[in-house]
Amino acid sequence: MSTPTHEYHPDSTGSKIGMWLFLFTELLLFGGMFLLYAVYRVKNPADFHYASLNLDTKTGAINTAILLTSSLTMVLSIGMLERRHRKASLWFLIITIGFGVWFLVNKYLEWSHKIHHGIYPGSEELTGRTAGENLFYSLYFLMTGLHGIHVVAGMVVLGVMVWMIGKPHHRVLPVTTLPVDAQAHAVSVTVEYSEDAKLDQQKLIRLENAGLYWHLVDVIWIFLFPLFYLIS
Amino acid sequence: MTTTEPSYLENQSHRKGLASWIFSTDHKRIGVLYLISILIFFSVGVLIGVVMRLKMLWPGTHLYSAAAYNAFFTVHGVIQIFLFIIPGIPAAFGNFILPLQIGAKDVAFPRLNLLSWWVYVIGALLALTALFSGNGPPDTGWSFYVPYSLRTNTNVTLAVFAAFILGFSSILTGLNFITTIHRMRCPGMSWFRMPLFTWSLYATAWIQILATPILAVTLIMVMAERILNLGLFDPGRGGDPLLYQHLFWIYSHPAVYIMILPAMGVVSDVIPAFCRKNIYGYKAIAFSSLAIAFVGYLVWAHHMFTSGMSNTARMVFSLLTFLVAIPSGVKVFNWIATMYKASIKIEPPMLFAMTFLFLFAIGGLTGLLNGALATDINVHETYYVVGHFHYTMFGGTGMGFFAALLYWFPKMTGKMYNKRTIVVAWAHIFVGFNLLYFTMMIMGWLGMPRRYYSYPPQYHTYHVVATVGSWILATGVFMFLGAFLVALKKGTKVAANPWDATTLEWKTASPPPTENFQTIPTVTGGPYEFKDGHPA
Ligand code: HEM
Repeated sequence: MSTPTHEYHPDSTGSKIGMWLFLFTELLLFGGMFLLYAVYRVKNPADFHYASLNLDTKTGAINTAILLTSSLTMVLSIGMLERRHRKASLWFLIITIGFGVWFLVNKYLEWSHKIHHGIYPGSEELTGRTAGENLFYSLYFLMTGLHGIHVVAGMVVLGVMVWMIGKPHHRVLPVTTLPVDAQAHAVSVTVEYSEDAKLDQQKLIRLENAGLYWHLVDVIWIFLFPLFYLIS
Repeated sequence: MTTTEPSYLENQSHRKGLASWIFSTDHKRIGVLYLISILIFFSVGVLIGVVMRLKMLWPGTHLYSAAAYNAFFTVHGVIQIFLFIIPGIPAAFGNFILPLQIGAKDVAFPRLNLLSWWVYVIGALLALTALFSGNGPPDTGWSFYVPYSLRTNTNVTLAVFAAFILGFSSILTGLNFITTIHRMRCPGMSWFRMPLFTWSLYATAWIQILATPILAVTLIMVMAERILNLGLFDPGRGGDPLLYQHLFWIYSHPAVYIMILPAMGVVSDVIPAFCRKNIYGYKAIAFSSLAIAFVGYLVWAHHMFTSGMSNTARMVFSLLTFLVAIPSGVKVFNWIATMYKASIKIEPPMLFAMTFLFLFAIGGLTGLLNGALATDINVHETYYVVGHFHYTMFGGTGMGFFAALLYWFPKMTGKMYNKRTIVVAWAHIFVGFNLLYFTMMIMGWLGMPRRYYSYPPQYHTYHVVATVGSWILATGVFMFLGAFLVALKKGTKVAANPWDATTLEWKTASPPPTENFQTIPTVTGGPYEFKDGHPA
């Protein structure tokens, strides 16, 4: 008879399906805002164009490069874990988080620059300008802000992964996992990480899913960048 | 089938008492947790409804203020929609029954499942906090329409945040169910051997995933507007309030099918069980769920026929709305065809399934008048609409929920309720329901607007009839719920399969053991196969 506790069988495909569905909902979340963007841009093409010229394309481009590179380091981290190079995987993960920080610092500077010039939702400066510009900046702050929150969330997830992979790489199993005659003598059983295939696989699945999330954050930015910085 | 394994009701974890429930990852315990929470909120919602009707006994100011009435209908709507009817059947019965119906040990992500219950509870607590803190409870109606929802001083931000959180819970349940159905079916359980309840949960889960994010972003925008003053919906600054309505209904209309599809699934399982024969048109019913899920996506703007849209848009949306009637009709006719010439056993679940058919037919047909442009212009924002959607939501989903409770309660607890009490309660519900809501439709037809605190004297008689109806209805509802409380204490013990039904959940003990099945079952036939009036 089986034990009453729920056993955990890692189902790689299953958790991928779950993750993809979740990513899908995230895309739709931004989809709602892209819808607003589309409507307002069609209504105010000239104003949107003019406002876009005032965004700093260079910072935007740098940020795009940062996120793209971070997706690469993310993939490398997963690849390293697959080959059981735990340390290397950990380092690539930390570099990925570093890129996230860099991105946010740039974003912070960009936002403060705008706010310094009196451009923020509902500001006097903006109220004096055209309706289209108001909408442009409102959407800009809303969408890049929400994206920023996603970057932070992604970094938290990656941080958890660092902790998970960095943890002492063995686990203690209950004595009952030993053959019956050996149980009486043992206090506990320690399994080396590298020998514990099940745990290994579980970590890999989680890291892959975390990676998917990070790519999503990247992909959304790939849409935001041209829509706000490059329209003409 | 005899079992030596202890049931899921007996604690087998290292946690004690309440903690062994609220931290359990067993889908059955989570289902029960949901059921209890949902029924509590439902009861609160019903009581608020009765309090609203009490005021409407007389025109003019009395009992409480107009502002309080506004808060009441908002809170009533928010509770019944976000805390009762949307999570309702999937979260409570879906959680409990779905893995059993497909022969799985649990859902795909048990811990995520527990998280989704916690998120639900946190959302609900936030919603309650919104009522008792800040500048008073929200008074916008459950739809949070701009510009009013941006201007009012009441606690809208928190209430909206609560709805956002609840949406998250809904998404988690949805993706859990989809993954479960794809990955965890037992040997032999092919797609077309799945019970129709499972099919309906599958279609529902897709809508939850595809539609809820749009609600989430809409609510984020309301919050952002209130906190940051973006002006996205402010015409003075180039914004367009109509876009709010579009976004809101892009979610909220598909949400209507999140509400009704699971109830249809329940009925599709109950009817063959009590007609002692296979369902008529299995595939048609399964596919019509998917069709409803799909077409339901494209009809949102029929809530906005009077809001200002081009005639072309209105005609297209009206046409699409009529299209929804086709898959709905397919289902209804298949159910009736199943009942045709069957030896029907009118047990309580069947009684409520038939009530569902009757009330939902009224709700559906009156809905067509809303879908038609010319009539909708007249009845929009009147009590006609209030009557109509109570027929579909309460008469449809609500009765489906009740049928599910009656059908699966013996499975969940191993006990049977007093059937006579249920029949008496049913009589009250049926009479009270029609008195209340049919009268609402009549007065709406005559011009009584909804969400009004007072009314001209010519509507007085109708309001009195409706209020009396609400008393009878509420009595029936509480008698009904009380019967289950009594049954928990005094109910007679039942065997594994008290209804002699065919689907897989009845093949294990009642209540089921923690691991659901002693050995993972292998399925060799369709879900509703009878032979000589007994499961084949
Ligand atoms: C005995 C039970 C119930 C009674 C007496 C009742 C009564 C009412 C009344 C009087 C109104 C307000 C009409 C107006 O002034 O416009 C209302 C609105 C509403 N009811 Fe119920 N109701 C009951 C059950 C339910 C259930 C079960 C649901 C959901 C499944 C529900 C969903 C709603 C919704 C969504 C609104 C609209 C709120 C708004 O205008 O924002 N009600 N109900």
